[in-house]
Amino acid sequence: MTRPLLIFLICLSFFQAKAKVVFVGNRFPQKTIQAALNIVKPYDSIILKAGTYNCICAIVKIPLTIIGEANAILDGHSKDEVLLILSNDVKLENLTVINSNMGSMKDYAGIRVFKARNVSINNCKLINTFFGIYLSDSKHCSVTNCQSKGLNYGKSFTGNGIHLWKCDSITITNNHLEGHRDGIYFEFAKHCFITKNLCEKNYRYGLHFMFSNDDTYLNNDFRNNGTGVAVMYSHGLKMYDNRFENNWGDASYGLLLKDISNSDIRNNHIINNTIGITMEGSSNIHFEHNEFADNGYALRVWANCTNDTFLHNTFRNNTFDAATNGELQQDLFDFNYWDKYDGYDLNKDKIGDVPYHPVSMYSMLIQQMPHAVMLMHSFIVNLLDKAEKSIPSMTPNAFVDNHPLMKKYD
Amino acid sequence: MMKIAKYVVWNILRSKIILAYTLFLFAVAFGTFSFESDVSKSIASLMSIVLIIIPLVSIIFTTIYFYNSSEFIELLMAQPISRKKIFFGEYLGVGTSMLCAYLIGIALPVIIYSADAVGFTLIASGACLTLVFVSLAFFASVLTRDKAKGIGISLMIWFYFSIIYDAIVLGVMFAFSDYPLERVMVLLSSFNPIDLSRILILLKLDISALMGFTGAVYKDFFGNSNGIIFSIAMQMIWIVLPLFSAFRIFRRKNW
Repeated sequence: MTRPLLIFLICLSFFQAKAKVVFVGNRFPQKTIQAALNIVKPYDSIILKAGTYNCICAIVKIPLTIIGEANAILDGHSKDEVLLILSNDVKLENLTVINSNMGSMKDYAGIRVFKARNVSINNCKLINTFFGIYLSDSKHCSVTNCQSKGLNYGKSFTGNGIHLWKCDSITITNNHLEGHRDGIYFEFAKHCFITKNLCEKNYRYGLHFMFSNDDTYLNNDFRNNGTGVAVMYSHGLKMYDNRFENNWGDASYGLLLKDISNSDIRNNHIINNTIGITMEGSSNIHFEHNEFADNGYALRVWANCTNDTFLHNTFRNNTFDAATNGELQQDLFDFNYWDKYDGYDLNKDKIGDVPYHPVSMYSMLIQQMPHAVMLMHSFIVNLLDKAEKSIPSMTPNAFVDNHPLMKKYD
Repeated sequence: MMKIAKYVVWNILRSKIILAYTLFLFAVAFGTFSFESDVSKSIASLMSIVLIIIPLVSIIFTTIYFYNSSEFIELLMAQPISRKKIFFGEYLGVGTSMLCAYLIGIALPVIIYSADAVGFTLIASGACLTLVFVSLAFFASVLTRDKAKGIGISLMIWFYFSIIYDAIVLGVMFAFSDYPLERVMVLLSSFNPIDLSRILILLKLDISALMGFTGAVYKDFFGNSNGIIFSIAMQMIWIVLPLFSAFRIFRRKNW
């Protein structure tokens, strides 16, 4: 068995590797990237020497590796897209892509990948592009170590940092997305893996997705975004170890879950948001070991959420721990730590003997009568809250943690 | 007038109650700042304390002081001094000492820990409240000669502004919740000096983001220079109106 294999390998070694490297630069025959693209064969490599190259919608139609040396810049001159990839097995590395067009009819992107598999984009920098990296109809691609800064024209003229449309199995790791409309935007993207990204100062959402099922989010950081993170109409999500921070404004929240089901949200830090998590029509979500700190509202759970569980979460320093808009409450809260809990623990098992009702009367009142914010922090509100605590009448009875922890869970 | 005021200040200082009050405020302010790492949160809790304690102590202390010094006032009246001078001298004296206590007790720690727009709004609002409730105390004390009754009236005034008024507002909100009440709420809040101070401070805090649409209306109204002038004018009215009504009664009163 080993002999034929050996012979086969020896035979193999007589074939020369066909793939060649094409250099692009001032001192080389190929002065533009288009010239290089015209002569390359599949699986060749293009290496861009330092310099700025005009690149107005250069189309990659065959499997290629394009590597930029330091300071290799592709300039779209704000005319069209910069780089369009229509082939499988394309690798982009160390490229700096600048100046795509901007438009309200067409989504111009710095790098667009269309109907491709196994495309990997590494260490790329996108500056002043309308959309950063736009993948549509693609599978098994990866975007790693990229940076994207949105157009400098302000709010209404920016696209998304990384935009996925109808994709499958995409890995997005270690990217830094800033100043876009949405940092990461998914629509119909399945089985994706999103890790260690930083989305900050985006005008709308740090992360925004719809109809994107079975995705995993690990270790991401979403902060200072206009309205936080919004995820909708999806199921099978896993969100672990993410941070949702400093999304502070009149209509901001850390995380908005709308019609999300069968998902798992663990070990996240939701800190300093106007509303930590808003949940609407969401069911079967499991929250465990999350930290809610310094938020205006830690949780806003609409009454149409069902079967969600909150276990071992930490709530501290929030103005309101929870708010809801109805009597009906079908979620389970158990073994959480609430810093506002003032019960006692007689048998010293570190579990409070009196149930804790996280919804205060006043937060209930505001939901029904928004004008009542006029009385925020007033003496009468404190009195009413105390009275309600001892004899609940307005707050939903089922919204209760029967085993509040006396100490923070760690 | 100045002489009387000076005498009143000395007299109050001698009683040591004002010193205890100053120390208490100082301890509370330092306590909230050092127990809470987030300055904005400690300003919020300090605000709740200031809005209850300052009016209460100002009004009760002033009323008691006024009744206790009624003999002194009678003595002054026997002298060739106008009632105007006596009355405003008294007010100046009590007002100055209460204000000093407040400034040392609250303003000093606030300046040390949070010398920004929020801090100064808190300081200014508290100072206004002190003067407003000293005025209200004068008004309550000239209404009746009976000390117990006077203190009762003062307590009722305090109770009205800190609880009953808000309860009425809550009732109005319940009754008219189907109507657009934003403008009405702005108006209602300016009829109560405590509410006005509270809202001015809240609007400066991060917390204002929680206040939603109504908060935006408030911000729109109180945020610009007209709104600031309006709120200062409103506080001034709350100082001047009770004081002059009290003076009108005081001038005609038979001692």
